[in-house]
Amino acid sequence: MTDLSVKLPGLDLKNPIMPASGCFGFGQEYAKLYDLSKLGSIMIKATTAEMRLGNPTPRVAETSSGMLNAIGLQNPGLEKVVDEQLPWLEQFDVPIIANVAGSLAEDYVEVARTISRAPNVHALELNISCPNVKQGGITFGTDPKVAKELTRMVKDVSDVPVYVKLSPNVTDVVQLAKAVEEGGADGITMINTLLGMRLDPKTGRPVIANITGGLSGPAIKPVALRMVYEVRRHTDLPIIGMGGIAEIDDVIDFLSAGANAVAVGTANFVNPFVCPELIDKLPERLHELGYESVHELTGRSHRL
Amino acid sequence: MIKQEKMAIVSQTEIAKNIFELTVTGTLVEEMNEPGQFVHVRVADSFEPLLRRPISVAKIDKEASSFTMIYRSEGRGTSLLSQKTERDTLDVLGPLGHGFPIEEAGEKAYLIGGGIGVPPLYELALQLNARGVETVHILGFESREAVFYEDKFRALGDTHIATVDGSHGTEGFVTHILNGLPHDFDTYYSCGPTPMLEAVQWAYPQKKGFLSYEQRMGCGIGACFACVCRTTKSETDYIKVCSDGPVFPAGVVIS
Repeated sequence: MTDLSVKLPGLDLKNPIMPASGCFGFGQEYAKLYDLSKLGSIMIKATTAEMRLGNPTPRVAETSSGMLNAIGLQNPGLEKVVDEQLPWLEQFDVPIIANVAGSLAEDYVEVARTISRAPNVHALELNISCPNVKQGGITFGTDPKVAKELTRMVKDVSDVPVYVKLSPNVTDVVQLAKAVEEGGADGITMINTLLGMRLDPKTGRPVIANITGGLSGPAIKPVALRMVYEVRRHTDLPIIGMGGIAEIDDVIDFLSAGANAVAVGTANFVNPFVCPELIDKLPERLHELGYESVHELTGRSHRL
Repeated sequence: MIKQEKMAIVSQTEIAKNIFELTVTGTLVEEMNEPGQFVHVRVADSFEPLLRRPISVAKIDKEASSFTMIYRSEGRGTSLLSQKTERDTLDVLGPLGHGFPIEEAGEKAYLIGGGIGVPPLYELALQLNARGVETVHILGFESREAVFYEDKFRALGDTHIATVDGSHGTEGFVTHILNGLPHDFDTYYSCGPTPMLEAVQWAYPQKKGFLSYEQRMGCGIGACFACVCRTTKSETDYIKVCSDGPVFPAGVVIS
């Protein structure tokens, strides 16, 4: 029997595959399609203290093997998420990773304190890497000092382990990883989207109303993989890797590069059944490669 | 229930300039009932192009377990789709969204469509006629060569055609035809470009109407928040076109 289980701080995962934040809402849409208990975990949509209506439309644009989005952290706000979305998710046997966002440090602290006390939230994902909001988001994730300080503030109030979601829009991602580790992070999730844009060639106007958006999808996988590999060389913190995962060998690659688990984002939009399909395929692929557990495969590229 | 299926292509025909009629068969058809719903199709087996394409359902044939889509080939995705033949399969996700409420029709309904918004009105017309509702069709197109399904609509009720360049039917937009028609109907149903939907709403402020909206989509099932619109209910209220719609009662969506 192939062992798919993975133990990470706060997270006892039955398998290492989970949907990424922002690509799965709060699970309700996908629950109509399959049993969410099958998933390793669910990274729910970013939650802010107050409700956010997000950016004007168009908010998405397709690009070569990828897409740009600038949703703008639309969400119903902390109170609704804690009172409605999280209790609804309790019917499933799946640990939740709550993505926490805000405009000011105090917002992050407020959301983290409250949401980390929800019974099915087993870890937080600190979103210091959203490229699509004017305040907060990526501004906390590009300066190591600021990232470290915010991590510490959130750690101080959180009841569950804190993972920090890193942005690829920096010169040296390792520096950021080390900063959040010093701030007390229990783990790292990476990568968020790459800042990009698309123009309408007829008019020269940006296609996305926000002008720029975050690039995701298979197009960004090589960048994400390189960053996971680099960060793994410099830290022993658990890493949940993501960025363009769509097929089983993408999962294999991220685990090989040093990720302990992986998240699937944009591919959910192309194939809503992608997560359960990858979970079903993983044991056979591991076996073909000569591994009997996820744990054995993790980080193998560093041991060659 | 939403299903995903590799459906077999029965036929694909160019029925007007760049307008393709594509019929596929499979068990997913069992789930299709409401006119005005749509499907999300993958045009390639690879990830290029990446996203699915939302296409409305023009006709459901339960006996043959098939349904027909009509779409305009205009971008990278739809151009690839137009090259598919009877030898290919098509990855279809659907049926998606909420369609036109046929039980609201009353005795007489106006069906008002523009361009590639016309196709879902065909299944709607079929279902309304099957219930004994009199349907009048007011359809707008760019030009004569873009007109399709005129005879099929005519077989179901009075049909008026407008073309922007005047090469067929009335010159101008559907609103030019509406100005000359009596207000003796109970309900109107409309699908087409947003400015057309706005004009139709303005034309009949006292009537019950249902409008099918278009918006750039990501997932098609309500998870990605790409296709949201504000509503007239409150400053913080919003709808998702893909899963709450695409059909909404007139006067709800701020487009």
